[in-house]
Amino acid sequence: MNNETLIPKIGVVTEVRVDTPDVKTFRVVAPEGGKVFEHMPGQCAMLSIPGVGEAMFSITSSPTNQEFMEFSIKKCGCLTEWLHQMDLGQQITVRGPYGKPFPVEEELKGKNLLFIAGGIGLAPLRSVINYCRHYRDNYGTIDIIYGSRSMDDLVDYEEIQTEWCKEAGINVHLTIDREQEGWDGHVGFVPNYVKELNPDLSKTVLMCGPPIMIKFTLQGLEELGFKKEQVYTTMELRMKCGFGKCGRCNIGDKYVCKDGPVFRFDELDKLPDEY
Amino acid sequence: MLKLALEKANDLFAAIAAEETLYLPIEKSGQIDFYPYETDAKVRLDALHTVKSAKDLFFPQSENLMEFKMQGKTIEIKEPKRAEEDYVIFGVKACDARSFAILDRVFLSDPVDTYYQSRREHGVVVALACSRPEETCFCNVFGIDATEPEGDVVTWIEDGILYWEAKTEKGEALTTKVAALMEESDGAGVESQKTQVQAIMEKLPLRGLDLTRFKKDELMNIFNDQAWEQLSDHCLGCGTCTFVCPTCQCYDIRDYDTGNGIQRYRCWDSCMYRDFTMMAHGNNRKSQVERFRQRFMHKLVYYPNNNEGIFSCVGCGRCVSKCPISMNIAKVIKTLGVKAHE
Repeated sequence: MNNETLIPKIGVVTEVRVDTPDVKTFRVVAPEGGKVFEHMPGQCAMLSIPGVGEAMFSITSSPTNQEFMEFSIKKCGCLTEWLHQMDLGQQITVRGPYGKPFPVEEELKGKNLLFIAGGIGLAPLRSVINYCRHYRDNYGTIDIIYGSRSMDDLVDYEEIQTEWCKEAGINVHLTIDREQEGWDGHVGFVPNYVKELNPDLSKTVLMCGPPIMIKFTLQGLEELGFKKEQVYTTMELRMKCGFGKCGRCNIGDKYVCKDGPVFRFDELDKLPDEY
Repeated sequence: MLKLALEKANDLFAAIAAEETLYLPIEKSGQIDFYPYETDAKVRLDALHTVKSAKDLFFPQSENLMEFKMQGKTIEIKEPKRAEEDYVIFGVKACDARSFAILDRVFLSDPVDTYYQSRREHGVVVALACSRPEETCFCNVFGIDATEPEGDVVTWIEDGILYWEAKTEKGEALTTKVAALMEESDGAGVESQKTQVQAIMEKLPLRGLDLTRFKKDELMNIFNDQAWEQLSDHCLGCGTCTFVCPTCQCYDIRDYDTGNGIQRYRCWDSCMYRDFTMMAHGNNRKSQVERFRQRFMHKLVYYPNNNEGIFSCVGCGRCVSKCPISMNIAKVIKTLGVKAHE
């Protein structure tokens, strides 16, 4: 058979973790075991249930995980609704990897890293965080600022508590939007919290979250003296093919699926504000 | 060069069709489109255009990509067969012929679209020079010579005679099969036709469209131009321009339950539609002005930026004659292009 990129591979869902009331994390392996394909942090995959739909999701597991891929998916539409209801052992279709990863082997090497995430925006960053933890010596300090609506909406809370928080050289700063019983951590929105923490300007920032968070956090970072050249984000637009042909995710002369989804903010400045 | 009396063209078509499928501009229910040749078909080589452009033969309006059999928790994937036999497309005009090169840059660039590729490899293009360009034509603006179309074989019709010249290996192979029906010619008729057609081209109203402003570094300036509001003011968002356009290549992928499995198919889509960019969390092009702008920015700025300055328009004029509100790319070029001189 010829090598048509639109034709997917089969993946089996072997574990489903309930992260939040509307986010589940799905573990996917090839029918013969192992990963369906290799990827780099920040890359995405097209998941589908034939007859229901196909959509692009970021791969939240790190490439250093040799056994499986993971996808943290928020229930918000037809396909995600179906995924949230499926049973273990269900096969789905998977194709990819798509897009340009975070430059973990290039620009980010040797840098002090600041991750800023909001809500489900942690999903693509988790892949980078765990990659950097695996190759710890290749990177400087790691700071993680992560916020969500409530403590129940923090994705990967267990991993954050039992692994990230306990690791020397990693500083985790969690925040939730409103006061909540049982929460003794920080309360407040991510953009304000970033300004309060006043990170030093040596850091390279990797940011993902809702558009409103991105907008105000970027403003705050610039006020602190950060340059757009040191801030990365990853974008999400509607996609059908995944490699720059179907036309959907076209912004200016770029396609988010192949030229992104990872962009530096100075690169985004050269594109129309249509995302 | 070979020639054949036009009244014997049917013998030529029958001879080609005896060996492989032959697509021609054929009139059915008052509409002319490329259909497979049949003995009693109403072949319309005199028509300026087919309604759908010839891209339909390589990138069909709808095509099956694969099938799925779902059983319990398992999924089986079945690939469809690709084009395996050669076929001939006769009567492709210079504008449509150029559109293939524009689509090739999309579908044949890495990763190659194998559905398109197999059709492209098996399709033999017999182009037909324009003998009667109309006032909606502006192919010359994009450096296209209506009298010298690109194809595996090029033909001209002049004074009741069909002239035939092979241009590629594929064209030579086809010519060998049908040469017995034709006789040698010095092509004098072709030269006189070229002169006549060029004289018509000189008088066409859209021939002078100025593209100088549409350059790489003008991207943000053109995008932010105030004129988009007024240009798109009456756009119905019907998508007709995209469906008749030879270079529009955006597509949708959808699933269909056949009752006996799931068919995944691809079909033409339009950036003029609201649904095109609609996501669960919102739409990044909410208004018609944004969608309208996207279509023309893509053809005049974005595509050229990624393809050595080649515009994604061939000046066929289909959008000029088909748009219900008489908006079209020529008006967009006129309105935005003029700013270069301000």
